[in-house]
Formats: sequence, structure tokens, C-alpha cells
Amino acid sequence: MAATCALAAALLLHPGAVGAQEATLAAQGVADAAATGTAAWWFWPAVLFGMTFVMGILAAVGGVGGGVLFVPIVSGFCPFHLDFVRCTGLLVALCGALAAGPGFLRMNLASLRLAMPVALIASTCSVAGAMVGLALPTSAVQTSLGIVILGIAVLMVLARKSAFPAVRSADGLSQALRIHGVYMEASLDQEIAWKIHRTVPGLLLFIAIGFMAGMFGLGAGWANVPVLNLVMGVPLKVSVATSKFLLSITDTSAAWVYVNRGCVIPMMVVPSLVGIMMGSFIGVRILRVAKPGFVRWLVIALLLFSGGKAITKGLGLPFIV
Amino acid sequence: MYAKILAAGMYTGLCVLLATFALYLTGAVEPAIPIDRLPELWTLDVTKYLEAVNVQYLHHEHLLTGWTWVGAVGHGDYLNFVGIAVLSLVTLVCFLRIIPTLFRKHDYTYAVIAVLEVAILALAASGLLAVGE
Repeated sequence: MAATCALAAALLLHPGAVGAQEATLAAQGVADAAATGTAAWWFWPAVLFGMTFVMGILAAVGGVGGGVLFVPIVSGFCPFHLDFVRCTGLLVALCGALAAGPGFLRMNLASLRLAMPVALIASTCSVAGAMVGLALPTSAVQTSLGIVILGIAVLMVLARKSAFPAVRSADGLSQALRIHGVYMEASLDQEIAWKIHRTVPGLLLFIAIGFMAGMFGLGAGWANVPVLNLVMGVPLKVSVATSKFLLSITDTSAAWVYVNRGCVIPMMVVPSLVGIMMGSFIGVRILRVAKPGFVRWLVIALLLFSGGKAITKGLGLPFIV
Repeated sequence: MYAKILAAGMYTGLCVLLATFALYLTGAVEPAIPIDRLPELWTLDVTKYLEAVNVQYLHHEHLLTGWTWVGAVGHGDYLNFVGIAVLSLVTLVCFLRIIPTLFRKHDYTYAVIAVLEVAILALAASGLLAVGE
């Protein structure tokens, strides 16, 4: 993995080394330096930029948030401490949510009435999760992170999505809160009215989702969408848009706990943000021609790999890379 | 209205962050921590990192947690915190802006939810919840 990172960094930073041999030699030098801890200061930020650029592409095409890939991969394969990785992961997910949120709100796809009660629960619990995550030993958090990431991969394999879930009647709480809406479904060229059910179990699940988002610095789109869509009966597009908007609230509260604790290193944050945004920009264009099914399996494989790495790193055991 | 504030805050925060990072990277504003010393610091946990930064470079009475970074924005690295703070405050501003509207519309349940959300975000942003020091 380090050698692959080094090759990417060498090609990125020495564009003149176009020949395979020169690139390999440059990569070998950088990899040796990285391995002995004498790498130039720019090496790992450059690797971070390259990794987040690829993550941005995979996240856009694979339909996941950047945060869920960022934390396990960067904490597993880069020398940055987990404290800084989690804070950067939250800021990366936050920026993605801030960028997408206004558009989804204007298109009437993200529902403020649905998001506000959910966000209150999730953000409160994300603050608690961040505090617990910072108080626990790093090895315990790293091992738990690995287990959660493996769980997310399994969830991605098993969860089926429903474009228009059947909701026979809205439950009492959602009626009292007037959580319902109408959106324009462009693929059918018609307006779709929606309402929700199972509001109480749905809201209770956001206690765990918010806690995990804060504790591990993960964006929570991987859990928001299945709960909104499959448990509460929100149409898929509204679930995805509301989930993205929700992250702008949940991740903000957790991010503040990390920022106030001093977990910000700008040399990590800015290359990551720029990398993932540029990757997402390219990813959206690739999405038009790519086979999302293949990329989804690639994302699942990456999650399994990085989850395994996180567990072994947390337990101090050897891993294949 | 919420969407408009969210978009404006996001663009402002991002522009500030990129501009301050350019000042930091080019050395136009001298950083507190020399850039070439970062690799030996980012491997430490946050408590050891803050202690090392304080002992070696900042020499403050207390570690730089909470909002104390404001006193260090004269340094290129801490100047970047301004953009991060703007991005992290956008949601709080959005909620503050919709509260009067919700009360005006007699939507008291959602007005209370918005007030509670502001309280949570303000508490998180205040620095009162910093742990592990």
C-alpha cells in the first residue's frame, strides 16, 4: 500500500518522470523515505490529496459519502493519528453536505420538516459520541471502527432500496409533526406525494447513528438512507437528499467537539477537502458512463479491506499490508 | 431562506479556507509550527501534539484548545482555522435565522426544535465540552 501511495505521489509530484522506470525509481525513493520516517513534509499531504481524489470519484459513483471511506483508509494506511483523521473526516463530510444541501433544499428533495427532529437527536448523540471517542484509548476506538466498517460493508451488501416505499397510513407522531411532502419525479414526469410511518423506531435508530458518526468521525449517509427509506418509508430520492442535508447538522456538532479539542491540522484538512471535491466533480461525470454496480462492489471490497486493517491495527496484530 | 444562507456560508468558508491555506503554504504568513516539523507531530495523539506544539513553538500558559486559537491567527497555520470556523458555524446561523419565522407562523413545535438545535450547536461550538485535557 505504501509503495502504491508512493508511486501515485511520485507521478503526481514528478510529472517529468513519465517513463515507467523513472517513475518507479522516484516511487522507490519516496517509499524508502516514507518507510524510514524521513519523507519530506509534503509527501503525506500529497498522498492524502491523491487518495481523497480517488475516494471522491468512488464515493460519487458508488453512492456513498466520502467520510465512510476516508476515516478507515487514512487511519489504516497513513501515519496520521486517528484523532486528526476523525476530525478531518468530519470536516470532509461536512463540506460535501454543505455543498449539496442548498441544491437539494431548493429542488424540494430534502425535507426540512423531516430533517429537523431527526437532526436534533442525531446531533445531540454525535456530540456524545465525539466526547466518548476522544476519551477512549486509541486502540479501542480503532478496533471498534474496524468492526463498524465491516458492519457497514455487510449492510451495503444486504440492504435493498425501495424507490417508492409503500406507506398505507402515516403514524400519529408524523401526522402531529406534519412530516409529509410532494416532489417532482423527473424520471416519471409526475409529482410524487409522500408520507412516513414508524417514526418512533426511526428516530430511536438515529441515536445510534449519531453516536457512531461522532465517535468515529464518519459521515452517516450509509445509515441515514436505509433508516429513512426502509424503516420510515421515505422515497429513495428524498431519503438521499435529506440524509445529505442532515449531515450538515450532525457533522457540524461533532466536528466542533474535535475542533475545540485541537484536532485540526490544516495541512491534512485542506488537501483532503480539495482532493475529495475534485474527485466528486470528476466522479459525477464518470457516473454517466460508468457501471455503478461494479464501483459499488469495489467500495464494499475497500470497506472490508480497511475494516480488517483497522481491527488488526487496533489489536496490534499484523495485517497483509 | 435556509438554502440561501447555507450556500452563502459554504462559499464564504471555502474561499476563506483556500485563501488562508495559500498564504500558509507560500509562507506569506509565517506559521507557528514550521511546515517541515509537521511529520513528527501528526503521528502523536492530540494531547501529546498540543503539548509538543506548546513547549516547542507557542509557549502559551495553556494548551491551544477551544477558541484560544483566535489569539494565534497571526500565524499562517492558525489563520486556516478562520475558514474552518466559518464552515462549522453556517448551520448555526441558518437555524438562528429560521426561528423567528417559525414563531411567526405559530409552528411552535418546530420553533422549539430549532431552539434546542441552536442550544446543542452552540454548546458544541462553545468549547465547554472539550474532553481529555
